[in-house]
Amino acid sequence: MTEAIEKRDEFDVEIKGTVGKPFADDPKFESRNVDVFYGDKQAIFDVNLDIAKNEIVAMIGPSGCGKSTYLRCLNRMNDTIPICRVTGHIKLDGEDIYDKHQDPVLLRARVGMVFQKANPFPKSIYDNVAYGARLHGLTSNKTELDDLVEKSLIRAGLFKEVKDDLHKPGTGLSGGQQQRLCIARTIAVDPEVILMDEPTSALDPIATALIEELMIELSAKYTIAIVTHSMQQAARVSNRTAYFHLGKLVEVNDTDSVFTNPEHQLTENYITGRFG
Amino acid sequence: MPIKFLLITLLALLLFGYFIGRKRSLALKANNGGAKKTLHSLPKYYGFLVSLWAGIPALIILLLWTAFDTTIITSMTVSQLPEQTQQLSQDELGLLMNEIINLSQADKISDVSANDAKMLIKQTAANNFARFSHISNLAKTVLVLVMALMGLLLGLRYIRAETRARNYVETAIKLTMMGCASIAILTTFGIIFSVLLESLQFFKAVPITEFLFGTTWSPQTAIRPDQVGSSGSFGALPLFVGTLLIAFIAMLVAVPLGLMSAIYLSEYASQKVRTVVKPILEILAGIPTVVYGFFAALTVAPVIRDMGESMGFHPASESALAAGLVMGVMIIPFVSSLSDDVLSAVPQAMRDGSYGMGATKSETIKKVVIPAALPGIVAGILLAASRAIGETMIVVMAAGLAAKMTVNPMEAVTTVTVQIVTLLTGDQEFDSPKTLAAFALGLGLFMVTLILNVISLHVVRKYREQYE
Amino acid sequence: MKQSNTDKIKASLKKRYAKERRFRLYGLISIAISFLFLLVLLVNISIKGLPAFHQTYVKLDVTIDANVLGIDKNSDHEALFSADYSIIITKTLKKMFPDVKSRKQKRALKKLVSNSAAYDLRDAVTANPNLIGTTHSFWFLAKDDVDVYAKGNIDRNLAETERRVKDFQLAWIDQLEKEGRLKQRFNSRFFTSGDSREPEQAGIKGAMVGSLLTMLVTLSLSFPIAVGAAVYLEEFAPKNNRWVDIIEININNLAAVPSIVFGLLGLAVFIAFFGVPRSAPLVGGLVLSLMTLPTIIIASRAAIKSVPSSIREAAYGLGASRVQTTFHHTLPLAMPGILTGTIIGMAQALGETAPLLMIGMVAFVADIPQGITDPSTVLPVQIYLWSDSPERAFTERTSAAIMVLLGFLIVMNFLAVLLRKHFERRW
Repeated sequence: MTEAIEKRDEFDVEIKGTVGKPFADDPKFESRNVDVFYGDKQAIFDVNLDIAKNEIVAMIGPSGCGKSTYLRCLNRMNDTIPICRVTGHIKLDGEDIYDKHQDPVLLRARVGMVFQKANPFPKSIYDNVAYGARLHGLTSNKTELDDLVEKSLIRAGLFKEVKDDLHKPGTGLSGGQQQRLCIARTIAVDPEVILMDEPTSALDPIATALIEELMIELSAKYTIAIVTHSMQQAARVSNRTAYFHLGKLVEVNDTDSVFTNPEHQLTENYITGRFG
Repeated sequence: MPIKFLLITLLALLLFGYFIGRKRSLALKANNGGAKKTLHSLPKYYGFLVSLWAGIPALIILLLWTAFDTTIITSMTVSQLPEQTQQLSQDELGLLMNEIINLSQADKISDVSANDAKMLIKQTAANNFARFSHISNLAKTVLVLVMALMGLLLGLRYIRAETRARNYVETAIKLTMMGCASIAILTTFGIIFSVLLESLQFFKAVPITEFLFGTTWSPQTAIRPDQVGSSGSFGALPLFVGTLLIAFIAMLVAVPLGLMSAIYLSEYASQKVRTVVKPILEILAGIPTVVYGFFAALTVAPVIRDMGESMGFHPASESALAAGLVMGVMIIPFVSSLSDDVLSAVPQAMRDGSYGMGATKSETIKKVVIPAALPGIVAGILLAASRAIGETMIVVMAAGLAAKMTVNPMEAVTTVTVQIVTLLTGDQEFDSPKTLAAFALGLGLFMVTLILNVISLHVVRKYREQYE
Repeated sequence: MKQSNTDKIKASLKKRYAKERRFRLYGLISIAISFLFLLVLLVNISIKGLPAFHQTYVKLDVTIDANVLGIDKNSDHEALFSADYSIIITKTLKKMFPDVKSRKQKRALKKLVSNSAAYDLRDAVTANPNLIGTTHSFWFLAKDDVDVYAKGNIDRNLAETERRVKDFQLAWIDQLEKEGRLKQRFNSRFFTSGDSREPEQAGIKGAMVGSLLTMLVTLSLSFPIAVGAAVYLEEFAPKNNRWVDIIEININNLAAVPSIVFGLLGLAVFIAFFGVPRSAPLVGGLVLSLMTLPTIIIASRAAIKSVPSSIREAAYGLGASRVQTTFHHTLPLAMPGILTGTIIGMAQALGETAPLLMIGMVAFVADIPQGITDPSTVLPVQIYLWSDSPERAFTERTSAAIMVLLGFLIVMNFLAVLLRKHFERRW
């Protein structure tokens, strides 16, 4: 009984602003004073965070801490939820993406997203990858499109496995392959940023390892923000790590220092497995 | 004793059985007060048990007797008729029996005093009929009541402390409910039995190939004197073409409008709009078909005729177009509610994937949601088509009777359902090829809609499983 | 490359958004078309049907001449009842329009008032024999043509040959109008009498009673059977059992079988095989209950399924048997949903026409049915029968009967919605 109360005390550490290094010199994304509301309920409180070019930022934290909600703000996926409201400023290359002149369609072509559960369309593998290019009119003829599909599949590390089955349905692949197909689909549009929302949570360790390798390769070309449930994953792939707690950004720092030398009590509790 | 009083007496007996059973068991309990033995069940279950014993056998006998007594009495009366009267054909005998039955019910049994020989026969038979009915009624009453009493006494003997009365009663309840559920199967059998038997008789007279592929349908008039049944020609192809033509027009209206309504409601409209618009759309489905028929015949058909004439066509006053259009509107809510269900079963993740790549809403719907929902939508359309094919009142009132083989929507065509109604309304005897033809058409209709239904129900089921 | 991608997308955006708007518009248009149709249908029927709720009456000053009738104040009831009162009506009319000479016109003259006038007069005289020998004003039911004209539904400017009402008849009606002998009253006869060959005398009471009796039979059969079947399938049936699967497939399939096929079943099985009387509410109810069973079963199963299993487990935990649990807990909790489904099924049955045509409920029945084995008709079939009649006055009555039928359906559906709203429970 007393132990439980003591433990409760550990949760109740006050969160005053964000500790660590939330800002970057060469930011791709700049978030300032971002609040998110679902109806009357506030889900995100005053988040300030930069994401630098070509870095991998990992967002960690217990379930319901708002890390996914924040990620979905970055390409305005929250627009699809009618009761969701975002205030504050999020800038992509210095332009506010919530400005009313901004076009969510264009934004989402620049900021791609990979979801928690692999969601290939009920079409062939080829059509899945070609979807974005056809949508946006990126290629002018069949050969270009074929090329683009092949290149994207190669970059997603899937081409060897599926090159003979390009016209079979994407839903017939294994879970890991499906998720790599979704990545191939995303990079076919050649975005600038890729958001990944717990991309490996439904996969086995081998498939996970493949995707993690892929992320590191992709970071040469793209800026990547990943939400993950696994601290090990964050430690393995990311340059910087952000810790969210109850809708607040508690601590951001280089991944090494977050895991070896957390500044905030809550971060330490979380990474040492006291809760989460 | 009229059946009403018999039923009331039986009910009274059941109630009596219940109370006496309950009382006995209570008495048993009181007697056993000091002993170890207690009743297995609550006293009311013993009451029910006695009631069941009294009721079930009596009711079974009553049902069977009532179901078959007319048939048996009729055949007994027929067997008492003079030899040569019995030699009459089936139809004539049926007519005669009708007269006899009417006669027997007309007055109290009148004396056999008619001079006319024929009348004498009828009068005698009527008297016989009335006498047999009277005897049968008396026997039924006595037998049912005796059975009930015997059952009651037997049931009382089962009131013992160790009788598992509740279990027996519950088993009876379960069996009854199972019987209720099995009525669905009985109904299907009933349908198959009724249309198949008559159809087989019909196909004895008219070869099935002539029925399916013949191009002349005129059941009323004989074309050649040597024709089977000499009552017309039964080539149903024009009916099939007419049915398909009208159903096709209806689907042409219902599918795009219904599908687009469903898409708008499930993908674009806010919750508020949905709760208002959906019930209003459903009103269209709740309007009786006879109202649509009236509207099609009196309002839509003249408008189409005038419009057609002003455009240089010469549409018939009862055009396939009018019936098809109105039927299409009737089916809109059907298509839209089925599609709505199917569209909302497509997981949000699928839509998110598309939005995440920068697709607009309509692109997502056209390229992801609809392809994903396609099997379900197709199943819904099949179900709607089966409804269009089987729809009766609109076509009866607005499509006409002329069995013309045409695909011109401005002309009058007739359909399978119209012909069934035409052949079976009015008074004709049951066994003529005309009435039998209606059952053959009914068989065709049942088979086609059955196949459509089974396919679409199967597809919908598979589709649901895929996303569950 | 990157920049060019963004530019390409930007370039196509305008077109894509236009497509988006167009697609959305198609959806709106589709809904609008359905709404428009519904509106036109309802308004059209109302405009056609509303006049039927009023009926024209004609005032005649009738001299009840004992000599013509061959009776006097002291005649017995039988004599009063069987006298020929129509002569008096004819005489009165002839007196009012003395110029009428030709046979054709004389016949037309009689048709200013309905032939029910003679019966009305008879009833008045038998009730009060003192009227004999006096002159008295009576309001008689006008013949349908007079009624239609008085309501302004006959175009005077049409050529005489294209009109049902000829010029000389118009002159009579105008004269009656001028003398204040025409009056519109609420048409209570429409609700209190049965069908008739004369449009002005036809009413829907027979059909309403027939519908009521048929619905009673349907309800008393389909409700218990459907609930029994639903309870069995949800609570007692073994899972993955072949027999149960077959039952389920059957129920789903029966829900989609064309209604006319049920009519064939009724004709072949109930009437031809079991000898149930034709044209009676009993056989109509039997057929309709088979037809509505699937609807009610499917709704009841959904309602029973939505009762959480925790409630069942609680009852089992207290030692209740399966049957007791079902009847004491599950069924009462599912009842609102079951009743809603039942009302919807009954509304369907009330509007059904086709299967009833098969079992002979289309006969012309003027009497009000007294029991479930009397020949009768039902509201939708009455609508069908009247819609076939060429007289304008019947068109009006058809529409009015449709309004009454729709009124009943609206009330039933409203009841179902209320029930659902009131008892809606979120577990």
